[in-house]
Amino acid sequence: MPYTKDKPSLPETSEQLRARIPGWGADLDPADRPSGSRERFDPGATGAHWDVPQQQPQRLPRERSIEHGRLTPVFGTAQPLHGPSGAVRRYAYRRFSEGRLAHWLLLVLGDRMETAEARMRSYVSRRPDNPLAETGLIGEFRSHGLRSRAGRVDRRHQLLDLVVVAGPTLLRIGIVTLLVRRVVRAVVKVARSTPDPSRPLSRGDSR
Amino acid sequence: MQAMVYRGPYRIRVEEKDVPAIEHPNDAIVRVRLAAICGSDLHLYHGMMPDTRIGHTFGHEFVGVVHEVGSSVQNLRVGDRVMVPFNIFCGSCFFCARGLYANCHNVNPNATAVGAIYGYSHTTGGYDGGQAEYVRVPFADVGPSVIPDWLGDEDAVLLTDAGPTGYFGAQLGGIVEGDVVVVFGAGPVGLFAARSAWLMGAGRVIVVDHLQYRLDLARSFAFAETLNFVEVDDVVLELKRLTDWLGADVAIDAVGAEADGNLLQHITAAKLKLQGGSPIALNWAIDGVRKGGTVSVLGAYGPTPSLVKFGDALNKGLTIRGNQCPVKRQWPRLLDHVKNGYLRPSDIVTHRFPLEHIAEAYHTFSAKLDGIVKPLVTVSGA
Repeated sequence: MPYTKDKPSLPETSEQLRARIPGWGADLDPADRPSGSRERFDPGATGAHWDVPQQQPQRLPRERSIEHGRLTPVFGTAQPLHGPSGAVRRYAYRRFSEGRLAHWLLLVLGDRMETAEARMRSYVSRRPDNPLAETGLIGEFRSHGLRSRAGRVDRRHQLLDLVVVAGPTLLRIGIVTLLVRRVVRAVVKVARSTPDPSRPLSRGDSR
Repeated sequence: MQAMVYRGPYRIRVEEKDVPAIEHPNDAIVRVRLAAICGSDLHLYHGMMPDTRIGHTFGHEFVGVVHEVGSSVQNLRVGDRVMVPFNIFCGSCFFCARGLYANCHNVNPNATAVGAIYGYSHTTGGYDGGQAEYVRVPFADVGPSVIPDWLGDEDAVLLTDAGPTGYFGAQLGGIVEGDVVVVFGAGPVGLFAARSAWLMGAGRVIVVDHLQYRLDLARSFAFAETLNFVEVDDVVLELKRLTDWLGADVAIDAVGAEADGNLLQHITAAKLKLQGGSPIALNWAIDGVRKGGTVSVLGAYGPTPSLVKFGDALNKGLTIRGNQCPVKRQWPRLLDHVKNGYLRPSDIVTHRFPLEHIAEAYHTFSAKLDGIVKPLVTVSGA
């Protein structure tokens, strides 16, 4: 087909679309759309009855991006920084701007460290982690896991989810198993090489 | 109170937490009646968002009843039934004064590149979210609105993010009468974007996804043509074929960070977290739109770099627009559209889970099981 100056014809006219689709063309004028212009200076429209908001009290040290000139007047107080992961995150905020990849990679590192810290703490808590319940695997049975995935292109990606979810747990179990085995072997070896003082000396033994 | 809490990637549970307290004179505490899980919550759930802390409560789509107000609150009263936009904003900074409510400078100490969002990690301010019995709502005179009596909770909760975000995305496309609009992603936001494109006079709307049950909804809810990218060898080529080899006038990326369709991109971004997101849909949008066209980006991406085909965008003279939606700016018109019967947001709700079963809800939504499109979370204490 030749490339011409005309816009290709549409399968339906505007009148046909208006008759078929509820509300077709209700916002036809771009200038009349709520975000038709990106910026619309109208400070009176927000409901704010202050020029500068009152400062929220800071009860704990609050990390902030160094791209801010000050602590914002309002901030979230959920999950304050703590532990080694908190130190890494605090450093990421204090040392690097948001423009530096190191800022974000350190925050991701902090996330992974905190996950490991939480796992450790959970094992000595009154409510240890329950991987089966927390991963919502019951949904596989109640929501037809196999049937729902039939013929889908993302099946191979979802297999990787298993590695992402179960991988770290299996790795931890493996490391702990190796460590325990090594310790047990070392103890047994020491026990075997230590002479029993209660056993009488036989010929050839020396003390 | 009971609240959903994050326990690390792919793990959540319900825990007892303290009821949040008033921390600023313009705070309110809202007792949640109904919450929703957003597709972008899955990025947190999958551990993709930097500084997502253990114990964090997700949830930026919720409606509820005002339980307590701070000393300076004038526009809300205890007992009011309110819908709360996902953006937290002060209403008085440089950006809020210009209508950029999603980019408020006074509420997120952790980052300047993004505003504050309920329950969306410390990168967006460190506020616990609404998948809980109670939630702290800062700047109560600015963000929440009383829900009109004629509007049900299920419609209202869909107007706190998914509905307005889709509507906003269609506006970012600068659609004019007769435009061909292609929407990538038939999730809730993509469905609303497709439906909204008609309100703005689109001449054709094509929705692209790989989940057939969602494409079926794109046909029935959004009156769109559909393209299942699994059924074609090359989605960009197919789009060119469908548009007389010019490409669409407007392309809308309503997928974001965990797009499927390219194994290398998906693994490096969604699984190994080496990119801020897997920009497959964004690259398809850049290549599938016509020269001089507009790409509207609604899909959420993380703050680290992504492998975007910027050379093609430059050489084609594209306009690329994106932002988090300033929700409250959309409400008056959207409420009119709902009242006039042009849109019924709750039509896309497919599942309702009690808060106690929220781990199952996240898994079902994440794995796209049982024809799920939009899951709601009911709070029994409400």
